[in-house]
Amino acid sequence: MHTAAQPLKKDKVVTQQRALQDPTWVRWSLIAIAISFISLFICVPLGLVIFQAFSKGLQAYWSALTNADTLSAIRLTLLVAIITVPLNTLFGVISAWAITRFEFKGKSFLTTLIDIPFSVSPVISGFIFVLLFGAEGWFGSWLVEHDIKIIFAAPGIILATLFITFPFVARQLIPLMQEMGNQEEEAALSLGAGGWKMFFSVTLPNIKWALLYGVLLCNARAMGEFGAVSVVSGHIRGMTNTLPLHVEVSYNDYDVVSAFASASILAALAIVTLVLKTALEWKQANR
Amino acid sequence: MSRKSVMPGFGPTIGFTLLYLGLVVLIPLSTLVFESFKLSWDDYVHIITSKRVLSSFRVSFIAALIAASVASIFGFITAWVLVRYSFFGKNIFHALIDLPFALPTAVAGIVLATIFQPSGFLGKLLSDLFGLQVAFKPIGIVIALIFISIPFVVRTVEPVLLEFETSMEEAGSSLGATRLQIFTKIIFPNIFPALLTGFALAFARGVGEYGSVIFIAGNIPYVSEIVPLLIVIKLEQYDIEGATAIALTMLVISFFLLFLINLLQLWVRKRSGQL
Amino acid sequence: MSILLSDISKNFGNFAALNHINLEVPEGELVALLGPSGCGKTTLLRIIAGLEHTDKGRVIINGQDKTDQTVSQRGIGFVFQHYALFRHMTVFENVAFGLRVKPRRDRPSNDFITKKVHSLLDLVQLDWLHNRYPDQLSGGQRQRIALARALAVEPSVLLLDEPFGALDASVRKDLRQWLRNLHHELHVTSIFVTHDQEEAMEVASQVVVLNHGQIEQQGSPTDIYDHPANAFVSKFIGQTNIFDLDEHDNDWLQTAGLLQPSQQGKIAHVRPHDIIIEKTDNHHTAPATLKDWQHLGALIRIELVKNESNGSDAPVFAEMPNEQFKQLELAKGDKVKLKVRQAHWFH
Repeated sequence: MHTAAQPLKKDKVVTQQRALQDPTWVRWSLIAIAISFISLFICVPLGLVIFQAFSKGLQAYWSALTNADTLSAIRLTLLVAIITVPLNTLFGVISAWAITRFEFKGKSFLTTLIDIPFSVSPVISGFIFVLLFGAEGWFGSWLVEHDIKIIFAAPGIILATLFITFPFVARQLIPLMQEMGNQEEEAALSLGAGGWKMFFSVTLPNIKWALLYGVLLCNARAMGEFGAVSVVSGHIRGMTNTLPLHVEVSYNDYDVVSAFASASILAALAIVTLVLKTALEWKQANR
Repeated sequence: MSRKSVMPGFGPTIGFTLLYLGLVVLIPLSTLVFESFKLSWDDYVHIITSKRVLSSFRVSFIAALIAASVASIFGFITAWVLVRYSFFGKNIFHALIDLPFALPTAVAGIVLATIFQPSGFLGKLLSDLFGLQVAFKPIGIVIALIFISIPFVVRTVEPVLLEFETSMEEAGSSLGATRLQIFTKIIFPNIFPALLTGFALAFARGVGEYGSVIFIAGNIPYVSEIVPLLIVIKLEQYDIEGATAIALTMLVISFFLLFLINLLQLWVRKRSGQL
Repeated sequence: MSILLSDISKNFGNFAALNHINLEVPEGELVALLGPSGCGKTTLLRIIAGLEHTDKGRVIINGQDKTDQTVSQRGIGFVFQHYALFRHMTVFENVAFGLRVKPRRDRPSNDFITKKVHSLLDLVQLDWLHNRYPDQLSGGQRQRIALARALAVEPSVLLLDEPFGALDASVRKDLRQWLRNLHHELHVTSIFVTHDQEEAMEVASQVVVLNHGQIEQQGSPTDIYDHPANAFVSKFIGQTNIFDLDEHDNDWLQTAGLLQPSQQGKIAHVRPHDIIIEKTDNHHTAPATLKDWQHLGALIRIELVKNESNGSDAPVFAEMPNEQFKQLELAKGDKVKLKVRQAHWFH
């Protein structure tokens, strides 16, 4: 489950002043503990990716990245993201509208259902698609007859990713739109705006940063998902390996440079995500 | 179904929401339930109570429990430091907390395995100093799960700490309480529901985690084999029945945890007066 | 344009927010919907606007049945309690919004929009703020921008939800006067919701008192004050002393000779300024003792305690001009005689 917090409110920084009442030694020991803990578990791993990727030099790094298998993994990863992110973004906006702008029975149950993919183990998320479309699965024989490949092929990977990244955008928008209320939208309607006009000129500008933020997280997960994709992909090199799977395969083959070169792309993606996320949080708070 | 609202688009949006939810999530997920009907109760019990499956459940649960506890303690301290103190580099530090959310689990997995393997940077240090081997042991699983758990705890506790009325602390102090008493009697009871929620979120995620664990765990049956991995192994052996039985059990546990977490979050919101 | 509401009812679950409301607002009036919180006044306003659906009844504006029209079609102007200005638009764009969203064939030219917006901003005396964002404005300024925005589409009626509710006391006073003057200038039929009786009496030409989803009384401020239709209205509008001739106060009232039983009812409401205080030398029979007084500007409010009353020990309040009070030369603890100039009787 993913609680990637709501953007922080700016007026809250004030608390620091008054709270500096803790004795100095307590303050500095706590800071030291927190910094050591985060360094050990987060900074060191991040540094290691870069160190390992370049351990055999720039040349080796570059050839690991431009090798045909890596390139095909990058292509597949991009394809998966290009299909899944827009679909789930569309769903996120539409479901957030339905849930935050209307009262209906079963609303909180529906909100819980949307969260389900967060609480299901990634392996199970892949497994259910094997059950549906695998050779032994429900549609297995039909698919074989018609020579359609879903499992151990790109469609299976896309479906599993769609499932995994399903809640991200909705999850960002629902609490925000709830808190915003609909007065500005009512004002737009009372001034004669139609539904679409109201959405594009009032709703969308108000939620755009949170929406981008959700898209960003959705994209990071779509490109980085491992467990679910690993179950449905079949690990065929140059065919059904996404970048995270390529990392695994290379690592298991003791091809450290290749594994960490691919990992460095994903780590860079993670860092870009974090930088943009921080910027967006700031934007949303100063909206 | 709905109270009539003047906002446009209820029909189409709720229709699309339900349709998409059904197609992408509910129908695929229900196959697991239907598939399990093919199993008799005895088959099911037989699979679940086999020694290897029980061991994997034990490994997964204990590792997730320890990892979530450790992450709760240090995550709480981290959230506290981030909210209450200012120090050099705090903003970068703040942004890095979310790295485990953003970094693909496979990358985390190979990185942690490399660091903690006997020849690795920390693995060597630990074995030289304490004779402790982390990688390819159950404790390796705990390490990987701590990494995964950090943002869950920090990001759940942080907003509650931010919202916390410092005037309550001032009131406590004006009534003669010491700083420690203020912490234990005023601050902690108010933060506790959020901390528990963070713990539960981390635990739920830890039980199902796969990518970051398998590289460092060693995956020795009965010792360091986690449940998600066992599902994959059964699947690779074409033992669909075995995989289904284990997956269904996991799913039920996940839903139970989800339910529990929802209750906890309701509690947090009630506490903070949002309801 | 006139507004006619016929038999409006609205329930929220089991709660009847509005109960068979019939109301007619003639063209050009400035009407206050007045009542305690939860009386249904805001719901009624939102139903007129089309922001809320009715369960029953019709909304007729200027002879046309608007019940089934959406809020965008009704051509009303609505000023929201917390203004609901579009945060991502400048003041200018906020006011221009209603003109810009018109269908292409009705949409005025850009030049016209610019002129119109500036003239509206002049009207609310805030043209110098046209480039600002709502977050950069004070409460009173936001309020006036919200009004300018609502007026831009030349609405047939103007609806205001607690227009002064979120403002400081001093700003509120100024804006009341200003709104009244603006209404004189524009003469657009307007309805505003308020829980503040003083505000309703000061600003409105017509006051509608609501309670528990029903209209208690409708009339001019003078009507409402001088001839309250029932006990609720009498208590809600201004201060009043309540004497129950059947209950505890009976003996005291008889002894004091203050009020005689009336055909009109058993409960008497007496406004503080209708109680006249006189000095007395006969301390044994004096019905009341002066306990305390407060200055209310030009008036003095006098708090009296009933002597020898076995009924309620609620104090009696009287009011008189400053000068008059000085001439009486009273001190705390003095015994006084009372006279009642007039009373309103209820059952």
